[in-house]
Amino acid sequence: MKLDSKIPSGPLESKWERHKFDLKLVSPANKRKFDIIVVGSGLAGASAAATLGELGYNVKCFCFQDSPRRAHSIAAQGGINAAKNYRGDGDSVYRLFYDTIKGGDFRSREANVYRLAEVSGHIIDQCVAQGVPFAREYGGLLDNRSFGGAQVSRTFYARGQTGQQLLLGAYSSLSRQIGAGQVKMFPKTEMLDLVLVDGRARGIVVRNLVTGQIESHAADAVILATGGYGNVFYLSTNAKGSNVTATYRAYKRGAAFGNPCFTQIHPTCIPVKGDYQSKLTLMSESLRNDGRVWVPLAKGDKRQPAEIPESERDYYLERKYPSFGNLAPRDIASRSAKEVCDEGRGVGESAYGVYLDFADAIHRLGEDKIRARYGNLFDMYERITDENPYKRPMRIYPAVHYTMGGLWVDYNLMSTIPGLHVLGEANFSDHGANRLGASALMQGLADGYFVIPYTIANYLAGQKLEKITTSHDAFKVAEEGCSARVNKLLSIKGSRTVDSFHRELGKIMWDKCGMARDRQGLQEALKEIPKLRDEFWNDVRVAGAGDELNQSLEKAGRVADFMEFAELMCLDALTREESCGGHFRNEYQTPDGEALRNDENFCHVAVWEHEGSPDVPAKGHKRHIEPLVYESVKLATRSYK
Amino acid sequence: MKLKLHVWRQKDKSTPGRMETYDANNISPNMSFLEMLDVVNEDLIKDGKDPIAFEHDCREGICGSCGLMVNGVAHGPQDATTTCQLHMRSFKDGEELFVEPWRAHGFPVRRDLVVDRSAFDRIIQAGGFISVNSGAAQDANALPVRKVDADEAFNAAACIGCGACVAACKNASAMLFVSAKVAQFSLLPQGQPERQERALNMVNQMKEEGFGNCTNQYECEAVCPKQISADYIAKLNREFIKASLSSHDARK
Repeated sequence: MKLDSKIPSGPLESKWERHKFDLKLVSPANKRKFDIIVVGSGLAGASAAATLGELGYNVKCFCFQDSPRRAHSIAAQGGINAAKNYRGDGDSVYRLFYDTIKGGDFRSREANVYRLAEVSGHIIDQCVAQGVPFAREYGGLLDNRSFGGAQVSRTFYARGQTGQQLLLGAYSSLSRQIGAGQVKMFPKTEMLDLVLVDGRARGIVVRNLVTGQIESHAADAVILATGGYGNVFYLSTNAKGSNVTATYRAYKRGAAFGNPCFTQIHPTCIPVKGDYQSKLTLMSESLRNDGRVWVPLAKGDKRQPAEIPESERDYYLERKYPSFGNLAPRDIASRSAKEVCDEGRGVGESAYGVYLDFADAIHRLGEDKIRARYGNLFDMYERITDENPYKRPMRIYPAVHYTMGGLWVDYNLMSTIPGLHVLGEANFSDHGANRLGASALMQGLADGYFVIPYTIANYLAGQKLEKITTSHDAFKVAEEGCSARVNKLLSIKGSRTVDSFHRELGKIMWDKCGMARDRQGLQEALKEIPKLRDEFWNDVRVAGAGDELNQSLEKAGRVADFMEFAELMCLDALTREESCGGHFRNEYQTPDGEALRNDENFCHVAVWEHEGSPDVPAKGHKRHIEPLVYESVKLATRSYK
Repeated sequence: MKLKLHVWRQKDKSTPGRMETYDANNISPNMSFLEMLDVVNEDLIKDGKDPIAFEHDCREGICGSCGLMVNGVAHGPQDATTTCQLHMRSFKDGEELFVEPWRAHGFPVRRDLVVDRSAFDRIIQAGGFISVNSGAAQDANALPVRKVDADEAFNAAACIGCGACVAACKNASAMLFVSAKVAQFSLLPQGQPERQERALNMVNQMKEEGFGNCTNQYECEAVCPKQISADYIAKLNREFIKASLSSHDARK
């Protein structure tokens, strides 16, 4: 496999500007001759589909939800970063770039991250123009707050619902294009396979989730913006429907997968309660602006939080990382929480929880101010836990939240399959081994509004693409494969439900490929997963039929792919013999328990290639590397102390 | 906890439905309403029956996917709460619950508790946007917005498009949904150029979709999980009348 990252030469600051000039263009009259498929309607997918529609391409956009407005970007709470320096507190494009590279523990591409920081300001401009109601100050100008891993205030927000407001902005632009006939929207339609003709991505096979019909769509280029795969852990902050199917199917068709083991465990989620639990709920990182994280100093201290005096509390983030304190990056805050709980100092019923305490902030600012900042989050907390966080500290614990890994893409966001582009969380590109808070929204929108519209033209103008239709054999073959799989799932009629398998898989992954990993655990997981997968294919019970709205069947297909993908994650975690960012290997740590990178041997992207036929479950995975070359920044030990 | 559930079952849009009764056993008060349905569904699947179909995705009250009538109330008994955030501690052990889909002409049933809300998308497509192409925007701070207006626009923009307002309304009116979007943009300077066409186009589409009119009972506001104010409906009426009386034509 040949990996060409296509990073432009020249100084970092002018790479993107020069590259934009070097890219080929499609003239306005010719744009209408090209069909583009966009899978996913979250921030990346909706912004890409809307922008490509505005430019005059014929776009088809697909989502499994019943409306594009429901994509999981909607649940992002805290905010979106941009290097506007409206505070005059020393922010700049370079600083946002540097914070992101450092936050990612020096495992991302300089050129991509610089471009991200460079377009960040335009995103805010665009969203404001769409009518996104960002928080403002009394003077009428935009307000900012701070987020983890940064010492400047560069996060723009709309109360605790920033993702919702940004997504509704992108959705409104998308809706305008749907109304204008430039984009044809296919809600409740799930991609099951990618279709290649002459080695190029030329279409997809989908299932209509209302009628059950399997059908194909052809195009000149395909864009996947299908989000992350955190649900491989069963319990995560992802929406229930979020899945790996689109990207994993593309992987099996030849698209390389970058750093699959890089998973973000978010430090502030509501702790697990009971076996019935179906998902975990995030409490925004913005809460760490005013909340102080602590546990009792003594092991097994069962007193009520109010009864524990200051002198017997351990504000461990402030103690260990005095300069960043409670705003230490996510991976570090999560691991520290695990550490104190493993020591037996955790709080709550399960003892897997730490306090996030607002008493000081309420004392300093008053309850009203805190309510104005975080009211909806406090209400949500109370609804779920039946505890009042104004009176009693919140209990939080880390949970799977985001996946930095994803399909490998070059600087043009194209995968190793010509014509297949990948945006947002679905690609691997910008966050390295750890994503900073408020950067996911930034990346999704940067990719969709400001990168793909330029780079896809270069692809379309640079090839001789023969017109093809879905009557081409490749579509028939792929459709038959999808139907056979659906029929197989329905015909097993075993004794266990899909959810029971998914839970079991999730437990293996959380225990052995979660916040801390080691060789032995990963090797065990690599034995247990294929066993569980065999059992799944022999004993799963999927209710109903194929030609109807069938939610069991939808789940079964997704879990079947997680069963294969989980193995790839563990393999990646096993072969990356270092600790970096969210990937913490117990064998590789400093004497004081921090992640110990191995720049000599692992300063690269692990790029996995699927070997064997796409129709057989995971046969072989071949590891390639893309070396990471740092021209502008010096590799440093990440310190937040 | 143990509960008795009466649930609307309907195979597809064209097959008549009926209520069926199930026992929900081993329910914890800490479960969400949807987790309770998960438990019931696991049992149904093990018994070789079809599970109850219901919409859900984020399960944290923001995507707007979920929505059921619980004992005749959209999203159930707790104020300002989506069905996914409704917890079983709101009910008593042994209680009997009636669970139905949204009932409205504009939202045909797809299966069991799943309804087709695509009419909402078509209303937004008719005018629920500000026409600005990517890349055409000026600097964000070049256009100051009074804080009170920005805050009020946010309150209106908080709508999650779940459809509870329509389900609760005896006229199956979509006025709360439409008015929230119209209000958001009419409060902001960016929304001014298309203000009149927007109100006309969205209201016309709403009528075409078969939603009824508002008769000021405010059931919508009472069940709205995001507490969208019915005041916006008065605002929508003003916007619509003003636009109708001016020389502006709707775009269509």
